[in-house]
Amino acid sequence: MSEYVIELKNVTKRFPGVVALRDMKIQVKPGEIHGLIGENGAGKSTLIKVMTGVHQADEGEIYIDGQKVSFANPKESSEAGVACVYQELNIDRLMNVTDNVFMNKWIKGSSGLLDYAEMDRRTKEVLTEIGQDLDPNEITGKLGMGQQQMIEIAKAILIDSKVIIMDEPSSSLGEKEVEQLFKVCRRLKEQGIAIIYVSHKLEELFELCDCVTVMRDGEYIWTKPIEEVTNDSLVSAMVGRSLDNQFPKEFGERGRCALKIENLSQVGRVDDVSFEAYEGEILGFSGLVGAGRTETMLALFGSDPIDGGKVYVYDEEVNFKSPREAIEKGLALLTEDRKGQGLVLGQSVKSNLILSSLREFTEGGLFLQEDKIEKTCHENVDALKIKTPTIEETTAKLSGGNQQKVVIGKWLNTDADIYIFDEPTRGIDVGAKVEVYNIMNNLVKQGKCVIMVSSEMPEILGMSDRVVVMREGRITATIERDSKHFNQESIMQAAWGGSLDD
Amino acid sequence: MTKEKSRGNILSKFGTVIALILLCVILAILTPNFLKVSNLMNVLKQTAVNAIIATGMLVCLITGGIDLSVGANAVTVTCLIGLLHTRGVSNVFVLVAAALACGTFIGYINGSLLTKLRLPHPFVSTLGMKNILAGVALLLVNSKMVSGFGPGISWLGSASLFTSGSFPGVPASFLLVIIVFVLMQIFLTKTPLGRSIYSVGGNREAARLSGINSDNVLTFAYTLSGFMCAIAGIILIGRGGIANGANAIQPYDTDAIAACIIGGASFAGGKGDMKGTMIGSLIIAVLRNGLTLLAASGAIQNVVIGSVIILAVYIDVVRERLEAERLRLASK
Repeated sequence: MSEYVIELKNVTKRFPGVVALRDMKIQVKPGEIHGLIGENGAGKSTLIKVMTGVHQADEGEIYIDGQKVSFANPKESSEAGVACVYQELNIDRLMNVTDNVFMNKWIKGSSGLLDYAEMDRRTKEVLTEIGQDLDPNEITGKLGMGQQQMIEIAKAILIDSKVIIMDEPSSSLGEKEVEQLFKVCRRLKEQGIAIIYVSHKLEELFELCDCVTVMRDGEYIWTKPIEEVTNDSLVSAMVGRSLDNQFPKEFGERGRCALKIENLSQVGRVDDVSFEAYEGEILGFSGLVGAGRTETMLALFGSDPIDGGKVYVYDEEVNFKSPREAIEKGLALLTEDRKGQGLVLGQSVKSNLILSSLREFTEGGLFLQEDKIEKTCHENVDALKIKTPTIEETTAKLSGGNQQKVVIGKWLNTDADIYIFDEPTRGIDVGAKVEVYNIMNNLVKQGKCVIMVSSEMPEILGMSDRVVVMREGRITATIERDSKHFNQESIMQAAWGGSLDD
Repeated sequence: MTKEKSRGNILSKFGTVIALILLCVILAILTPNFLKVSNLMNVLKQTAVNAIIATGMLVCLITGGIDLSVGANAVTVTCLIGLLHTRGVSNVFVLVAAALACGTFIGYINGSLLTKLRLPHPFVSTLGMKNILAGVALLLVNSKMVSGFGPGISWLGSASLFTSGSFPGVPASFLLVIIVFVLMQIFLTKTPLGRSIYSVGGNREAARLSGINSDNVLTFAYTLSGFMCAIAGIILIGRGGIANGANAIQPYDTDAIAACIIGGASFAGGKGDMKGTMIGSLIIAVLRNGLTLLAASGAIQNVVIGSVIILAVYIDVVRERLEAERLRLASK
């Protein structure tokens, strides 16, 4: 018998173009609540997926109770006793509690038909074990998020899991529900079940965990008992990377205030957000994934209704009811989700390039002028260096970087004044990234206003003239480029809920 | 890669034309009557109603939706004309205006159910509408068959143009089909709204965030479908000479869907064009005509048409899968 219920040694996982995990290790004892933290993109999700058999490691070993194992798929890992409660719950909201708990593990009676009496009894039993008083016949969709999560945990217990991985379990829970979750975690601990607790909330780690492992850029940094760490030591362990100068930052001249937001709110997502963005500047938006940055941008762009607050474009108060109205006022929003929200993948490069400015290409608003369209599209392809055989090529066939350039081209063709780029370099290769940065530089030099939402710290520091940091829907800091706080540590402090002194 | 692709394109582009020609050759061999000029003109006449309905259906399919109420809508329009006829209205302009207004309004309601009431899928709302209209059609004519329409309102569905000697002339209704198809082709490819219809079908969210008013585009699609049904209803008056509410449950909807899908449209939306739909409509009409010439019973006709629809949808599925596979390989 090994000391550890699950142990990973020297695990490396590569994806095309990136190393997601490099020589990663983690050791978890039975009955231990083990915190796992790292920046956005540090490799936590990949690590979880390797442990649950969703991904297979390219190198390295996994041990369960000292036995070397390899998981070809999630089924094998769950049979070995590793379960995961994902952030997005795997609950069929239309079915009842028992159906969810016993999905694909049905108990059959002597008749060969499903034995619901037995399954209900077992469900009740497992739920009682974790202190939940739920009716097994309740439809899960009617339950709160906290209770739905308990059903996921119940599923894990039912299959006798030894390790339960919880990925940001508190992110969609209210205060009471989080307390309940902690109680359950401690109960599981008493039963000798190990928990790997992934969270963005440091205070939770201090309250709940026995020890914590920090990872950064896909690598293991250290594991320490929770008594030996502080807020500051965790943050500096997460960021301690050197910034190489891969950012061709050029400076524009700060002009008029192009966009002013006052007390913008959207219940549960955006909380009293105020900021100003100027011509000739890149305003960076930093924060953890889920901090409300994308929601803020979608709300001010008229995509989602707001519950309060004011938006001014060049000192004129506006109230956008649709993206169309925002576009007419000179806004452009390059969305975070390129494939779902940015492109019509099945259509040609040409169609996508003119998607936002169809009316600009008409004669008297009626018929499209094909020659004008083709001329503009060829100019776009040349100026943005879009690699495509022809402008008639289906957009889905382009690489990520070239697809992104098509989206950028679409917005450049609207001749907007205010460009919002939400994660503009996500999922594209380094060369294309630099080209995207140069496009932003050009916009700024033309006196346009640029807002860049980015979860990559080096990008924020490399390209922003000013940084707004958000956490849980609120702005926690606004930092000028020449401020002493314009560094990784301060931004991370603000993003993780710490406060900055002056 | 490019060569393979172009070969695939040629096949999918001309596959339906080849199928149509093959079908005609087979029928010509089986029955000498098929190739007679009078019969061919008859085929064109039989194509008209379905082709016009398929035009509207295509627009709905491109948006990723469907309009199951088309046949009931067209028959409701005939019954409205029937009602007005029994009340002594004989002015052609009044009849046509009432017919177009009625069909278009029904289409507008279909669109509004989708965009204003936010019903989940037009399958549901237009299926409901189909049933409502099947009742309304009967109510309008008091469940009686109306006949004896004047030559004015009957002209479109019954007249032939360019008759000379033994040449029976080209049906006016088919000439209208050609005009509608040309106009629709220009509309779909050369106007902002036309292009927007494809974009909304390809990715509704991306279109919305690009400043296209997706809701208005969708409402328009169903309204246009309703307008086409009204035209089809007027043609039906001339062709059959009767208004019969019981016809509202005839399979106009499946014929139109089949024509579109055979012509390259997809249930997933974003695809399809007028040329393909024309070929699809002709295939359906030739099949029905040929089976009638071969003295196949209505029952047999249903079996064959049903099989063709399943085959067409299967071809659509295979086409989608091949496309996905090609994309997967291309992105490697």
